[in-house]
Amino acid sequence: MFSLFKKSIKTGKKTTKYPYEQEDTPAAFLGRIVINLQTCSLCGQCATICPTKAIKKEDGKLIIEYNKCLFCGVCQRHCPEHSISHTMDFELAVREKEKLTVAVNEINEDLDVLKGKLAGKTENILRRSLHIRHVDSGSCNGCDFEINALTNPVYDIQRLGIDFVASPRHADLLLVTGSVTEHLETALKKTFTATPDPKLVVAMGACACSGGIFQGSYAAIGGVDKILPVDIYIPGCPPRPQAIIYGLLKAIERIPPRNSI
Amino acid sequence: MREVINSLELYRNKLLTLYRNKFGEQIDFEFLMDNQIIVTVPKELLVSACLYTQQTLKAPLVDMIGTDEREIDECYGLYYVFASNDLDLFITISTRVERDNPAFPSVTPAIHAAHWYEREVKDMLGVHPIGHPDPKRLVRHFWSKEVHPLRKDIPKGMKLPRTDKELPFKQVKGEGIFQVPVGPIHAGIIEPGHFRFSVQGEYIINLEAKLFYTHRGIEKLAEEMNFHQALPLVERICGVCSFSHSTSYCQAVEKLAGTEIPDRARYIRTIILELERLYNHLGDVGNICAGTGFTFGISQGSRLKETMMQLNERIAGNRYLRGINVPGGVQLDLDNEISMQIRETLTAVAGDFRELKEILVNNDSFNERLIGTGVLPPEIALKMNVVGPGGRASGSRRDVRKNHPYAAYSNTEFQVPSYTAGDVKSRLLVRIDEIEESFGIISQALAAIPGGKLNSALGPIKPQSYALGYTESPRGENIHWVMAGQGNTIFRYRVRSASYTNWPAVQAAVPGNMVPDFPFINKSFELFYSCLGR
Repeated sequence: MFSLFKKSIKTGKKTTKYPYEQEDTPAAFLGRIVINLQTCSLCGQCATICPTKAIKKEDGKLIIEYNKCLFCGVCQRHCPEHSISHTMDFELAVREKEKLTVAVNEINEDLDVLKGKLAGKTENILRRSLHIRHVDSGSCNGCDFEINALTNPVYDIQRLGIDFVASPRHADLLLVTGSVTEHLETALKKTFTATPDPKLVVAMGACACSGGIFQGSYAAIGGVDKILPVDIYIPGCPPRPQAIIYGLLKAIERIPPRNSI
Repeated sequence: MREVINSLELYRNKLLTLYRNKFGEQIDFEFLMDNQIIVTVPKELLVSACLYTQQTLKAPLVDMIGTDEREIDECYGLYYVFASNDLDLFITISTRVERDNPAFPSVTPAIHAAHWYEREVKDMLGVHPIGHPDPKRLVRHFWSKEVHPLRKDIPKGMKLPRTDKELPFKQVKGEGIFQVPVGPIHAGIIEPGHFRFSVQGEYIINLEAKLFYTHRGIEKLAEEMNFHQALPLVERICGVCSFSHSTSYCQAVEKLAGTEIPDRARYIRTIILELERLYNHLGDVGNICAGTGFTFGISQGSRLKETMMQLNERIAGNRYLRGINVPGGVQLDLDNEISMQIRETLTAVAGDFRELKEILVNNDSFNERLIGTGVLPPEIALKMNVVGPGGRASGSRRDVRKNHPYAAYSNTEFQVPSYTAGDVKSRLLVRIDEIEESFGIISQALAAIPGGKLNSALGPIKPQSYALGYTESPRGENIHWVMAGQGNTIFRYRVRSASYTNWPAVQAAVPGNMVPDFPFINKSFELFYSCLGR
């Protein structure tokens, strides 16, 4: 018993300061895409090579759909002019799916506006204490492991008044991962019905936001919003734990101003 | 090296004589890509040829693939893959099933390990195993029995017609016996699956699992993709064994193309594969504690796992080691700075882990729960061909890294831990020992990594040729089988993950235990639904 205490004390505090303070993101991290329009020749190579068709060339400009993006870096590697790069920005969760579709030359402005301005409707009831039921609707397990990571000592989501519950009957928010397989459609609908109102639905990861890499399969319906109303979209494949925290806080309109502690 | 090749040559000739003496001139032989032998037999000889291969050559059945090759020769193809325990050799028994009579004699009554494979072939291709003891649906839950998604005439995105019939569960009848349904949505943050327990009081008499909820049609989606294009899909078969899957796939493609990958790529793959094993095993040690409510173990295990995943993010730009592999080698280099970071992190994690290990193996109340719980007897493990830590806790010594070396494993020294008790404690100990071995493998590989280029160009690939790729993932052997089509595309892709062979073992280990022990018996195997369902 003594050895347990000794080890715990030796370990010390390991919890992240996010979301109150921004922490260093690794230089290799692949976040939001920027395209250097000075050097881009609009050859469309990125649109052809993108595994989920998240980049489109329309009317002479490039459109990026972040709900489909895997943040895999394939476009960055194959751009003949090296005009594409991934930034370290991972705070991409939005309320309206349309905001995830952005024209490249409007990208910075659009997302900056999004970041500063919170959406109108406030879910006051759920703000202080949020109980989440996770529903896997056919994911690759990557998103599920990241949700699990939220409960580890580093992200410790309970410190934000957020916790995971065992039954949808106790939940305020459904955190849905996966592309909604045919086999899980009924289970997802039943879970939604079993959750009392008021409730929020969060689609997490490229699969839940759009079907991701499994779009166009006979076995996948392709996106949570095909069968449920979705309140928040968290893009990423999978989104890193900080990005999930950002999305969840956005769902309850509780993103703290930076350096508030 | 010369000697090994000679002995393999001798062995091949010996095999040829053995099969010829036994089955006469009705069989065809083909030697492929150094360690594969294809034996083509008529349908009638399938069962005896498979049984002969398994018994005489001591080679367990590791995979079975069905293909729709009607457009080539009006036949379905069946390929039973056996892996020798003594030599680095894979023997495939293949047979043709003609289009008008899609049925074949089932191998399951003779070789138990074939039971799921044959049910899947029936579901996905509509080729029927005659004489299968339990031929009910496996992958299809409610799709009509008239449609078989892997047949070539079914389009990828077709909405399959449904029937209302539910899959029946086995009924256990008797006084005081109840059924407890659990899932598909579980209480924890885990994947979906349905478990039907038949219990008497606290004790489980029978467990039947209804799985494949996460079937996403990956094998079908990959068809007609070119070999590079399929890579992001392959990396998403399973989130946390992403690198093992992509390595298996790349190895299969490299064998098809006859491409040798550069030495530097072999070492980088080894390092990344072991980093993947480390973050998984460290997390799993914590998860086994979770099953017993030992919160100290959970938080320490998950903290160490988090440290490893943050390292992953620094290496690859994502936390699941995606985007490193490419058919022909790797596309991401480990420079001096990142190698230094790997060394520093591992030194810290190793010290930390050893302290945790001491506490875990010496804590009596924790060990009381583990010892003798969820026993998988070695003879059953052998029959089911249970792989990975689950198998090695039940007497198996099979480890793909040793039996069929790939990447740079033949150049590194490591032990394969094996225990015989088959309980949760043994499975925990296998993981703890493997963590130590991984630290060793990574430091050896980092010290010996040669310079040079990262990847080689793929050679030409002949249509309808096929090859195996295999890795020892954190959960056991992953076997990928790729058949090429026209113009460097995939004709048929088959993924057999470790979870696929081990799920039936969970159902065998649980009866006789209490319902509250199920979660951590399950955790001790740590199987996934995503790579199972594909």
